[in-house]
Formats: sequence, structure tokens, C-alpha cells
Amino acid sequence: MASIWEYANPKKFIATTDRLLPWVSVLAVAALVGGLIWGFFFTPDDYKQGSTVKIIYLHVPAALMAINIWIMMLVASLVWIVRRHHVSALAARAAAPVGAMMTVIALVTGAIWGQPMWGTWWEWDPRLTSFLILFLFYLGYMALWAAIENDDTAADLTSILCLVGSVFALLSRYAVNFWNQGLHQGASLSMDKEEHVADVFYYPLLLCIAGFILLFIALVFLRTQTEIRARRMRALLARERLGQ
Amino acid sequence: MIPELGKYQVEVLSSYVVSILLIVALVAVSVIRSRKMRAQLDDVENRSRKNG
Repeated sequence: MASIWEYANPKKFIATTDRLLPWVSVLAVAALVGGLIWGFFFTPDDYKQGSTVKIIYLHVPAALMAINIWIMMLVASLVWIVRRHHVSALAARAAAPVGAMMTVIALVTGAIWGQPMWGTWWEWDPRLTSFLILFLFYLGYMALWAAIENDDTAADLTSILCLVGSVFALLSRYAVNFWNQGLHQGASLSMDKEEHVADVFYYPLLLCIAGFILLFIALVFLRTQTEIRARRMRALLARERLGQ
Repeated sequence: MIPELGKYQVEVLSSYVVSILLIVALVAVSVIRSRKMRAQLDDVENRSRKNG
């Protein structure tokens, strides 16, 4: 069996992801469109929340991805720090805008849902606040990559930032459990059947989550390929300048 | 066509519109940048080959 480290070779990574990308993209579109249509058109209103329950199919997967994308970036950053594989640092860089977008979707849909349900667009609740800080970390991470010209230095510094930001990613996930004074309710998804949402909402939600995960994988494959090519182009242009 | 959303119609529809627009925009930007970078790298590689 091939070692996972073989994919740290940029050529091998591009060849493998080129083969996988069409399949992952088709599955992502199918799951996302199917899940959203199922949730929007074919699920009933909730007895308490009315039709706003349909926002769950966007809010929950986006919030889940916002946290887990940062964790993926943390793992990729640790691989860079320990093994110095460029592909892992570039994969973390490629994932950041996707994570930032997921955080924005979670914050915006949460605010739109919160206004009629809680009577406010925003509350300095532990989960909401840690999510906002996570979004600022995403912006800082992307800005740091853009600000540093040397790729290796940028990868080193953004990896450290990623380590620090992980505190807020984990805090966003567990804030509801740490503090009880917040407005935000507990997890919508739980292994405990008594705790999670009713089955009629649960299955389309699972399909939407699968769609968001596949969309993320497709985007990271594509964007990492782009980052690898951009890095190679910078190296070739630098070599050209030296040769002149 | 659109299901009966009652008094929360604006909230539900705006959530879907904003989220779908954001997703489509990021996918479009990623695809366009990928194609552009592929073409630019091909140019630079061809030039390097010609120059030896």
C-alpha cells in the first residue's frame, strides 16, 4: 500500500486529485442540491420555530465545517512544521477562504434565525463570540499569507497562528458545554437520539452535511492544485530573473 | 412552487439566497483562478524550456 507521504510530492498530488476531482464535485453537487431541496421543499415546519427550522440545513453544516476546516488546517500546519512538506502548508492555505466563507454563512444565517427566535440579531453569547473571533482568525491567517513574500516564512508564521487560533475553534465547538449563560442551544446533532433533532429534519440535514464536506474536499483539491502551480511559477520566475 | 413559509418567508429565503450566492461566488473564483494559473504556468514553463 502506498504511503500517505507519497502525496506530499506535488506532481503525485496533482495527478491523484485530477482523477478524483470530477467524482467528488459531482457527488458534492448531488448531495448539496438533493439535501437542500429535500430540506426546503419536503420537510414540515417546526411546532416552535415555524418555517425558520429550514435554516438549519445551511447553518448547522456551515458551522460544523467552519470549526473542522480550522482543525484540518491545524493538522496540515503541524505536518508542515514537523515534516516540511510544502503540499500540506499549501493545502492549509487553500482551505482558509473556504473556512472563512463557512464561518460567514454560519454567522449570517444564525443572525437571521436569531432575530425572530431570540428577538435579537446578535448577542455576546460564548458560542457566537468565539465564532466571531474564529472568523477574525481566518481573516488574519489569509492576510498573513498574503503579506509575506517568502513562502517558507509565510508557512512557518501562519502555522503558528493556526495553532493559536485552534483554541477558538475548539472553544466555538464546546462553548455551549463550558458556559450555561449563553443563548445558543446545545448540539443539533448528537449520538444520543433523545438529544438530536427529530428524524424528519435529521436525514436531510445529514445529506446537507455530506454535501458541505464533499464541497470542501473538491474546493481544497482544486485550490491546493492552484497554490502548487502558483508556487512553481514563482520559483521559475525567480530563476529567470537570476539568469538575466 | 415555493412552499408556504408563513410570516418567516423573508428570513428563510434571505438565508438561502445569501448562502447560495456565497458558495457559488467562491466556487467561481476558485475555478477561474485555477484556469488562469494553469495557463500562466504553461506559458512560463514553455519560455523556460525555450531558453534552456
